Amino acid sequence: MTPPPADAAVLSTGSTRALLAGEGHRGGTLPGWAPWAAFAGALAVCGLLEAALGWFTIALMLVFGAPVAILAIYAWSRPVEGARRAKDRAVTMAIVAAFGVSMAPLISLLYEVIKRGVAGISWEFFTSDARGVVGGGGAAHAIVGTLVITACAAAISVPIGIMAAIYMNEYGRGPLRRALTFFVDVMTGIPSIVAGLFAYALFELFFGPGIRMGIMGSIALSVLMIPIVIRAAEEVLKIVPQHLREASYALGTPKWKTIVKVVLPTAFAGLVTGVMIATARIIGETAPLLVTTGVVDSLNANPFQGRMQNLAVYAYNEYRSPGVMKQASYDRAWAAALTLIAIVMILNVIARLVYRRYKTEIR
Amino acid sequence: MEGRKLRDMFGSESKPGTEAEEGRNTMSQAGPVTETSSQPQGAAASARRAKTLEAKEVNLYYGDFHAVENVNMTIEPNKVTALIGSSGCGKTTFLRSLNRMHELTPGASVKGSIQLDGEDVYGAGVDPVAVRRLVGMVFQQPNPFPTMSIYDNVAAGLDFNAGKIRKADKDAIVERSLRGAHLWDEVKDRLGRPGSGLSGGQQQRLCIARATAVSPEVLLMDEPCSALDPVATLAIEDLIGELKKEYTIAIVTHNMQQAARASDNTAFFNLDESGKPGHLVEIGPTQEIFTKPKKKETEDYVSGRFG
Amino acid sequence: MAHFDTTTNAGQLLAAASGGRRRRGDRIFSNISVVAAVTILALLVGVAVFLVTEGFPAFTAASSELPDHESFLSYVAPLAFGTVLAGVLAMVIAVPLAVAVALFITHIAPPRLAMLLGFFVDLLAAIPSIIYGLWGIFVLGPAAVPAMKWLEEKLGFIPIFEGPASITGRTMLVVGMVLAVMILPIISAVAREVFSQTPRKLQEGAQALGATRWEMIRTTVLPFGRSSVVSGAMLGLGRALGETMAVAIILSVSGGVTFNLIGQANPSTIAANIALNFPESSGLAINALIATGLVLFAITLATNFLARLIIARAEVK
Repeated sequence: MTPPPADAAVLSTGSTRALLAGEGHRGGTLPGWAPWAAFAGALAVCGLLEAALGWFTIALMLVFGAPVAILAIYAWSRPVEGARRAKDRAVTMAIVAAFGVSMAPLISLLYEVIKRGVAGISWEFFTSDARGVVGGGGAAHAIVGTLVITACAAAISVPIGIMAAIYMNEYGRGPLRRALTFFVDVMTGIPSIVAGLFAYALFELFFGPGIRMGIMGSIALSVLMIPIVIRAAEEVLKIVPQHLREASYALGTPKWKTIVKVVLPTAFAGLVTGVMIATARIIGETAPLLVTTGVVDSLNANPFQGRMQNLAVYAYNEYRSPGVMKQASYDRAWAAALTLIAIVMILNVIARLVYRRYKTEIR
Repeated sequence: MEGRKLRDMFGSESKPGTEAEEGRNTMSQAGPVTETSSQPQGAAASARRAKTLEAKEVNLYYGDFHAVENVNMTIEPNKVTALIGSSGCGKTTFLRSLNRMHELTPGASVKGSIQLDGEDVYGAGVDPVAVRRLVGMVFQQPNPFPTMSIYDNVAAGLDFNAGKIRKADKDAIVERSLRGAHLWDEVKDRLGRPGSGLSGGQQQRLCIARATAVSPEVLLMDEPCSALDPVATLAIEDLIGELKKEYTIAIVTHNMQQAARASDNTAFFNLDESGKPGHLVEIGPTQEIFTKPKKKETEDYVSGRFG
Repeated sequence: MAHFDTTTNAGQLLAAASGGRRRRGDRIFSNISVVAAVTILALLVGVAVFLVTEGFPAFTAASSELPDHESFLSYVAPLAFGTVLAGVLAMVIAVPLAVAVALFITHIAPPRLAMLLGFFVDLLAAIPSIIYGLWGIFVLGPAAVPAMKWLEEKLGFIPIFEGPASITGRTMLVVGMVLAVMILPIISAVAREVFSQTPRKLQEGAQALGATRWEMIRTTVLPFGRSSVVSGAMLGLGRALGETMAVAIILSVSGGVTFNLIGQANPSTIAANIALNFPESSGLAINALIATGLVLFAITLATNFLARLIIARAEVK
């Protein structure tokens, strides 16, 4: 802890106001708008200086402006409020500035995706595929593919993930449980492209080289999704209080019925939320699908036969190999990005609403 | 062999499932459900004789830790037996061993035998699930199932265990249990509402109704009033007085007045020092334990000189 | 049956309720859960086994059969270098910012705003990487061109800004920044979690002694959260190392090893290299790519282990 300043005795004879304001305090207080003023002033000075030197860019103004603002608030506060308060102000400003710097790209990203994506959105985008169309067509095949591939992945991952979480939380003891906890950790760290290679290698063994199928993508995505589902499910199972299980046992209920009728219903909202968030995490995967489901222009809804397009790969492809009308291709890439982001956001928001609305109140 | 005997009886006389049903049916006869009945339902069932629980040289462990040492006691039928003693003396642990809840704690183990009308509940071939069916439990914190309505909470034991049960029968059992728990009049208009919306005292009575709905022989109560206010506590104590007409009751309590008010017999548990196992000091009619106990320890405790 | 009253023999009741049906239900259910658990282990073993068997031919093949006619080692080395460079660069940029974001949300922003911001940052963690890639190439890259030119002119004496500055913005620096933006929400989520769990008692104790907010943060919150921040950073690093699409889209690749972050010629990363070459590859080239995937897996595994080790050590204390 910070030791009291040496001049505490001197201060104790000072004004009550200074005492109330705290140790090491000079008694004064900066006005509430001081941090804003310091920040704006610093930016203005840096901007002008850079303009004078001929380097002016917004980025540079911010890069130099932030440290100057931090110094300025410190220099301003120190004589009025004392060294400790001044340092507090400087650090606070630094944190706020860093927060601003962090949020700027994320906001820019959302803004650009919406602005550019809207240009490519059209009725055709959602309703037709790109078969035999040169430099045009829509993304219906990619949307269908995304839904089919993701649905298959979820159908594989959810039962396995939830049952494994039940094992870990309700049954597991000893080495298998420990191993599982450890390997789920390992699995969380598998890079998505590696998951894709795994699915490819698995199917190549049976079907020969060059194999591409929707279900391969689903399996690759399952490798990524299962650990997320387990983690989420484990988390919500853990917070089901032990006394509810005991209440059920005390009624003479077997363990499995206790799990099915008491534990799972109590955790239900959390499980649904976890599954939706896990789905949102994998629905936009590109890399594992690039190597497993391939690229195709026409609609294919059968995951067990032939190549299957998906939105992320579609966006990548429209960018990477644009047609004759470059801009139209880019627009479609952004439209696909916007569609993806919308799906992800909607899934996330619904997941959270479900949780808020239906979560079991446990005292 | 105890288990052998159990299986023989089982094989020769009955099919799985039917026996439990029968137990319930006899219960229903004992307490007929009538909307107009102004009499408390417990009184109507006064003919029933519940079962005796007998602990013989019971030793309880958590891993290597010896928690309870060598308890011999009888919990008499249709009476309330209070278990008192200072914190950590093993009375709750002992209570949980009576319906085999103790073994749910990882590493916990039991030595000795506990007999329900002479049948060892720890005997070979006895399913702990079946034991808990016969020896119900009410917990310290009211713990209605948060996802279920009041009705479903009471019917939970039936839904979880019985096969198909007629809706009318279920309704009857729910109503009888709620009446028996002195809760019917307060909740009859909102049976479909969540059980967690009730007050603490009501929730605890709901839990008692839930426990009695499966017609156990014995009811164990682990400090059922410790989370409740004085008014709710009195209501539960009244209820316990009614319930003993149908069930054998053992109740752990920290509250000496409660033991004095609500119990017929009192068992005093103690431990010599922290880390040593708890043991039963003495058991006897409550009157005696509180006025002229045989042991000095007991006298010190009940007169409030320590603990 | 001979029941004369409500008294049923306890033995019969015990036995009746012990019916085998119930036991079977328990057995089936617990077996299913064990099967699920074992499936996961099998899946993981499968990943390792298939990558090794499919990648193995590349390890032993003559260099003349491999892409670029190099030995596998000299094929993978620059890629591994690029992978680590991009990952570390991203981490160096992201960690301080992520800590600041976490501190801002937990200790500076008003509680209602904080909840909203927490939600927003979590959402950002869910944005697909392809979108970060598109944003990097279309938005951040062009915007960074003048800044990189300035770096070359003014700070060119530092090797990493040696230049000549790229005129397209498809540089390692931009990749590092995009990866930093991607992993920032991940790291800050971990940091936020632990910062908000700093025991109230400690914080109030510090404030009761008259500490300013910063003093309180420095003496209680940061020490409490240090190991979690480190593990969060490793988690983020693992993610950055394995990131494929953003790198594949943005980086202008020429192979070779260079620390120059703003130039036109950059080392590729393993993941991006797979994505760029896999669709057009066949035969041994595919084995080589799978083998590089194995190397990537090993690198991310090592990173994750390190993170766990740090957490475990902190927990022991």
